[in-house]
Amino acid sequence: MIINSRFFNRSELMGFIVLAAMLFVILPLSLDVFRLNLVAKYLTYAFVALGLVLCWGYGGILSLGQGVFFGLGGYCMAMFLKLEASSVENTKIQSTPGIPDFMDWNQITSLPLFWQPFHSLTFTILAIILVPGLFALIIGTAMFKRRVGGTYFAIITQAVAAILTILIVGQQGYTGGINGMTDLRTLKGWDIRPDHAKIILYFVEVVLLFACIGIAQFIRLTKLGRILVAMREQEDRVRFSGYSVANFKIFAFCMAAVFAAIGGAMFALNVGFMSPSFVGIVPSIEMVIYTAVGGRMSIFGAIWGAILVNFAKTSLSESFPQLWLFGLGALFIAVVLGFPNGLSGLWADYVQPRIDRLFASRKSKSGWNDNSVADGAPAE
Amino acid sequence: MFGDYSLGDLGSIFVMQGFAGLILFSVYVLMALGLAIIFGQMGVINMAHGEFMILGAYVTWMTSSFFQAYLPSLFSGYFFLAMILAFAASGALGMLVEWVLIRHLYKRPLDTLLATWGLSLMLQQAYRSVFGAREVGVELPQWMLGSLHVTDSIEVPINGVFVMCLTVLITIAVAYVLYMSRWGRQVRAVVQNRIMAGAVGINTERVDRYTFGLGCGIAGVAGSAFTMIGSTGPTSGQLYIVDTFLVVVFGGAASLLGTIASAFSISQTQSTLEFFMSGSMAKVLTLLAVVGILMLRPQGLFALKVRK
Repeated sequence: MIINSRFFNRSELMGFIVLAAMLFVILPLSLDVFRLNLVAKYLTYAFVALGLVLCWGYGGILSLGQGVFFGLGGYCMAMFLKLEASSVENTKIQSTPGIPDFMDWNQITSLPLFWQPFHSLTFTILAIILVPGLFALIIGTAMFKRRVGGTYFAIITQAVAAILTILIVGQQGYTGGINGMTDLRTLKGWDIRPDHAKIILYFVEVVLLFACIGIAQFIRLTKLGRILVAMREQEDRVRFSGYSVANFKIFAFCMAAVFAAIGGAMFALNVGFMSPSFVGIVPSIEMVIYTAVGGRMSIFGAIWGAILVNFAKTSLSESFPQLWLFGLGALFIAVVLGFPNGLSGLWADYVQPRIDRLFASRKSKSGWNDNSVADGAPAE
Repeated sequence: MFGDYSLGDLGSIFVMQGFAGLILFSVYVLMALGLAIIFGQMGVINMAHGEFMILGAYVTWMTSSFFQAYLPSLFSGYFFLAMILAFAASGALGMLVEWVLIRHLYKRPLDTLLATWGLSLMLQQAYRSVFGAREVGVELPQWMLGSLHVTDSIEVPINGVFVMCLTVLITIAVAYVLYMSRWGRQVRAVVQNRIMAGAVGINTERVDRYTFGLGCGIAGVAGSAFTMIGSTGPTSGQLYIVDTFLVVVFGGAASLLGTIASAFSISQTQSTLEFFMSGSMAKVLTLLAVVGILMLRPQGLFALKVRK
């Protein structure tokens, strides 16, 4: 495997530093805990957007079912937390103490079999990765091995999102129905509700996000990333060159699913509940919107997209609820028609050259002309 | 599960569920016809299809309110005018959308999906601002109320029969336009080979615009028919869109016959299952079956054999 000697090129390094400074220093220092918790909620979607950059931006596979994986990860986490919150002492007013409250309301008297293993945190963490990963593997294998792609894949993932939502809402006794799993309290005895816990969880999430950025960047830079791009552009030629196109697509789709699931699990921890309203078609498409607005080809762009669109959603729908949907719809049409690479594309096309020119002129004035090394070309 | 019913009861149950399935079938066919034209013939994924339908429903509602207020003597016939108006309004909006938005995206089918989703968000908000968030229902004329008693245990609502007849008529009209008329031949020529169609003198841009307009217009008529059997709100369109896409894809994108066959099998399966289990589980099972079959046969039930 050829790995570019530089992990980030110059503009990516700048993006990395800005994002790290923003998330680790500036936001925690300048926002109160409530706002910081909102940022944590936005960042859970950044995980999904990161996965979509790999799978949609690079691989060309548009999945309209990322809510499914976000939901699966979130529900795995929520099931563990819910079991911990439903200890026998906490639920002694129920007719059968020791099971989650919504089961009691739905006349289910013993814990269902598939809930049992979620008493263990190790199992839960494994499940957060494996359940969505395997699910994506099954869907991906069934679809890509038969060369179903493009619009058909998008429609079928959408149908899967619809099926899962109906299932969760319909099976109230096992899933909490439309209300979802609420009233999540402790993680291994550690209360996740007070302010200091929210701050710790925020930092855990940011560290996880940067770990995922590292993985995504690694995939992008290796030969795998190049094959993904080649596949997006000329699928048949890659196939004729002897690569198994289906396997690469399945891998990208599974990675995106696992990233989304990590986001979902952090969502359950940070926000304190999980419900089917984050699983269905509308949230799934909104996740695609974040990626598209930020820039489907840029890892940092997609993360900014998730933060900015969500921030706009919160602030605009608070003050101008009427305008919000108009604004979102118009923004989306504008992105598709006008700037397909999103905000990061605008940045790269209009802002970056000016900054470069500014620096270049300063450098030449000071007699320092060493810019041949800095813009490291790909190492081939 | 059958033990509690006598044979006669079971027969009636199947007939009644079958009839409910037929109404659902009409709904699916009406929605899927427009989508099959747009998706099947043009390859454009129109996520705002449901919103075009809702526009038709609102036009119908406004027409009925107008007749009630100013022409009460003609109220029993308002529906026929409403349907024409719904077709015109949705079709005109569709042609406008094609001109502003879709024609730039013919080479990027996945992006049509995203752009029309943006459009559907804006239309929903527009309906909410203009008509309010509340659902509106149309008052039916006298002759459409009540039901036909076929036997003691089987009765059939008249509005359902009316919607079914309407579906049959519209399907025949669409089939005629697409397969018999000169314009339909042009549409199919453009679909099969755009460059060659242009070379023999067909104005492909105009054909595209009218095709999109026709698909949206049919959606409007579908919305108009829906007011006969239910009420309409700003977000009603979104409820149907995935089902409709599945119907079209399941049937095979470019095939009118396939669309009808798949609408029939999906609606009958769902309606029959609905009697024996909760509505949501019936829906889950039906959708799962459709997705499963699509994985085995991605080109749909009736695939058109086209060289690519």
